Amino acid sequence: MKHRSPSDQHHGKRPRVPIPTAAASFSPQDGMEDKPPTNPRELTQNPLKKIWMPCKNGLPEKHISQRKVCMTNCPTLIVTVGLPARGKTYISKKLTRYLNWIGVPTREFNVGQYRREFVKIYKSFEFFRPDNEEGLKIRRQCASAALNDVRQYLTEDGGQVAVFDATNTTRERRHTIIQFAEQNGFKVFFVESVCEDPDVIQENIVQVKLGSPDYTNCNTEEAVEDFMKRIKCYENSYETLDEVLDRDLSYIKIMDVGQRYLVNRVLDHIQSRIVYYLMNIHITPRSIYLCRHGESELNVKGRIGGDSGLTARGKEFAKKLNQFIQAQNISDLKVWTSQMKRTIQTAEALNVPYEQWKVLNEIDAGVCEEMMYEEIQDHYPLEFALRDQDKYRYRYPKGESYEDLVQRLEPVIMELERQENVLVICHQAVMRCLLAYFLDKTAEELPYLKCPLHTVLKLTPVAYGCKVESICLNVDAVNTHREKPENVEVSRMSEEALLTVPAHQ
Amino acid sequence: MSETQRTLTQNPLEKTWVPWMKSRLSQRRGSSVPQFTNSPTMIVMVGLPARGKTYISKKLTRYLNWIGVTTKVFNVGQYRRDATRSYNSFEFFRPDNAEAMKIRKACALTALKDVWDYFTREEGQVVVFDATNTTAERREVILNFAKENGYKVFFVESICDDPEIIAENIKQVKLSSPDYMNCDKEEAVADFLKRIDCYKLTYVPLDDNKDRNLSYIKIFNVGSRYLVNRVQDHIQSRIVYYLMNIHVTPRSIYLCRHGESELNLLGRIGGDSGLSARGAQFASALGAYMREQSIRDLKVWTSHMKRTIQTAEALGVQYEQWKALNEIDAGVCEEMTYEEIQKSHPEEFALRDQNKYRYRYPKGESYEDLVQRLEPVIMELERQENVLVICHQAVMRCLLAYFLDKSADELPYLKCPLHTVLKLTPVAYGCKVESVFLNIEAVNTHRERPENVDVDRDPAEALETVPDHI
Repeated sequence: MKHRSPSDQHHGKRPRVPIPTAAASFSPQDGMEDKPPTNPRELTQNPLKKIWMPCKNGLPEKHISQRKVCMTNCPTLIVTVGLPARGKTYISKKLTRYLNWIGVPTREFNVGQYRREFVKIYKSFEFFRPDNEEGLKIRRQCASAALNDVRQYLTEDGGQVAVFDATNTTRERRHTIIQFAEQNGFKVFFVESVCEDPDVIQENIVQVKLGSPDYTNCNTEEAVEDFMKRIKCYENSYETLDEVLDRDLSYIKIMDVGQRYLVNRVLDHIQSRIVYYLMNIHITPRSIYLCRHGESELNVKGRIGGDSGLTARGKEFAKKLNQFIQAQNISDLKVWTSQMKRTIQTAEALNVPYEQWKVLNEIDAGVCEEMMYEEIQDHYPLEFALRDQDKYRYRYPKGESYEDLVQRLEPVIMELERQENVLVICHQAVMRCLLAYFLDKTAEELPYLKCPLHTVLKLTPVAYGCKVESICLNVDAVNTHREKPENVEVSRMSEEALLTVPAHQ
Repeated sequence: MSETQRTLTQNPLEKTWVPWMKSRLSQRRGSSVPQFTNSPTMIVMVGLPARGKTYISKKLTRYLNWIGVTTKVFNVGQYRRDATRSYNSFEFFRPDNAEAMKIRKACALTALKDVWDYFTREEGQVVVFDATNTTAERREVILNFAKENGYKVFFVESICDDPEIIAENIKQVKLSSPDYMNCDKEEAVADFLKRIDCYKLTYVPLDDNKDRNLSYIKIFNVGSRYLVNRVQDHIQSRIVYYLMNIHVTPRSIYLCRHGESELNLLGRIGGDSGLSARGAQFASALGAYMREQSIRDLKVWTSHMKRTIQTAEALGVQYEQWKALNEIDAGVCEEMTYEEIQKSHPEEFALRDQNKYRYRYPKGESYEDLVQRLEPVIMELERQENVLVICHQAVMRCLLAYFLDKSADELPYLKCPLHTVLKLTPVAYGCKVESVFLNIEAVNTHRERPENVDVDRDPAEALETVPDHI
């Protein structure tokens, strides 16, 4: 059977003439054909992440493969394609946010931005006329400058994915990009957005174009009219990705805001994840409500983790939450909880069906479960210090790290993208992770995001980001937020370590 | 609206918190994983013969069942074989063969009736309706049936015009079909090709325009291209993702456990101990075995636990660590022997024997949780080619159950002894398994289900099946 040869299909090379797959290949590639048996290296456990790694003379050797999302050997260049106002920048920003959140260093490069910095003042659509030589020259230069920065990011700055956000509507322009990628050893994946629905386009323009720096000094009608003419400039030379002519390229064509997708030659894991993500997002207006369970018995004692029930105040919060949700008058609200008693008790007060997710459970503090910070400092001062040094990556002994949490929460994020109105009743660390996704917070900021008890965060997607409303339901609760102390050294005094521990019983 | 909050009680088996009173909420199967299917879904295959419909049907069904979505395949060809006494030739499929057409239509309707039974009486969640369904008329019948009954419909069309793929298909699964039992190879192939021709005359693929309101995925040429239209819900989205990740390139998957560990020797479960001397020997033997296998571009995966990593180290090649491959978390029972568990948690021990798949250790996990955690591993295994997975007993049981289509009842008792490599090679509609014991002695860690699983049993009865240890 002539299948696409393994090296062609799954390792990024463009499929050419399929090589018959031999039963046993003796080419000394990554195979194990001619590796002599070696003595197993000694292992040591990295104290921060609790990862076992090989060591030499007591020191860890490098090159340890952690299963993060994609062990891409080559960086990936995602290239958007489409007329103006088709959602390219929306997709670029959202995708970038998602990839960064799951741990894939990603950055977007918006050519329009380069143009604005170069041209300083936007006069009118005439700049984009296909017969405007001056304009064309500038636009080509901007694209080159952007690609240069892409190269820098992917080869020197540790980036794994770059999103090249521009119209890229001609085959010629795309060819230039493909050549650039080939020269540099990048894989290319095109994301084309095709849409002819005038209502959608109109809404796009209203949401994100009118507020653009290009139109700061125009009134609405002028801006819309100019923008429509701008689109027209591109229309004549627009060459959509073609099923036949572009059959060797890797791409997804999104049609009519996600009614239909055409997916061609997905080459690897990261492209597969990108396709899955793009096929799950939508732009139907909705709100996501995030909150923690009501105050719990262990909360008031200053103990972390565990599976305790609500205090009286916690129950009060649950009632107030019910009132709040009723007042919001939300159509078809889904309610999700973890499998821990305190979130479920909170949801019970709402008297609606709710879905329990084990992956929404609070971070597992391993050997420190149900301890107070004072006790952790007492029994595990080294651990306590390491955690303050790198709270995102720090893994509790026999427990989890924030980094682990993000991996475990990814299906929740995916389903949140699919859903519309959802209330998620969860826990402090979990809520921080989810919030970081929606608000594009870094790994450094994430573990210190403020998620107090008895406060609901209402997130509403708007333009390219997310509007946040914080609603405190006015039921007192203990504070559980511990700031990073000044001294994070292992050698610090107990008092220094416990300086920022919030008050408790 | 009631002001009193219902008391929560913790289900002793799965450790899930449920409201005490019987209610609409607790009638849900006390599930420890989110249930995303409300209406039953019919997946309807579309395509000419030898386009991989049955392959996809079976594989998809296996995957959905494994992740906990009760699914069943209804193969209309099977109904036809049961209805007609024996298959004579392709003439049966000629579009002008009125008699045969009647039979074929009747078979489809019988199959639909069984679909209805499955959804209504057996509480199935998904059905895969495996037939050519190549005419708009036939698809209309199915859509009407689904509409009447409130089922969602999702079409999966397989389009392929590569003659080599089709020839290989015929060779792999048609020649051995009951239809061709008494034919020689050339006859069978010739007949089958004529059979395909019969369908071609009336084949109307899903139309991008006319069928734009239907939900479907079109798979072109074994996955080089996909067209996806109107995905309605979570389960359809998962199905699309799965279908876009599977491939048919020949390859093998090697599953094994870490070498024997220190805690294994002591009969203790869980923990994060290192390899025993024999375990280290196994690691070298594994290295030798894999070198012998001479695999091109082998990926090696381990968990984050010391014993699997030590094992991989002996291979001298790059490996990837997956936290998701960690052994099942035994919670409060971590590092205990079965004797100790019986002593300190006799009720837990009995509950586990009563339903080993759904039983969750206090502050730990269940096999059911493991499956959810392993789903991304399976997805990536589907994408990859040659992979060696060095993992743990419970984990290996879950992975094996996926490849060999084992039920939730069988899964926790699958035999995965130490120092034994299972080589899985996809073939036809299933998976060939070769079990290779690498000849290094190791302790047995397999505990069979004892006869008496009642909470009030004697300790001796509980411990009857515990394997020997130090």
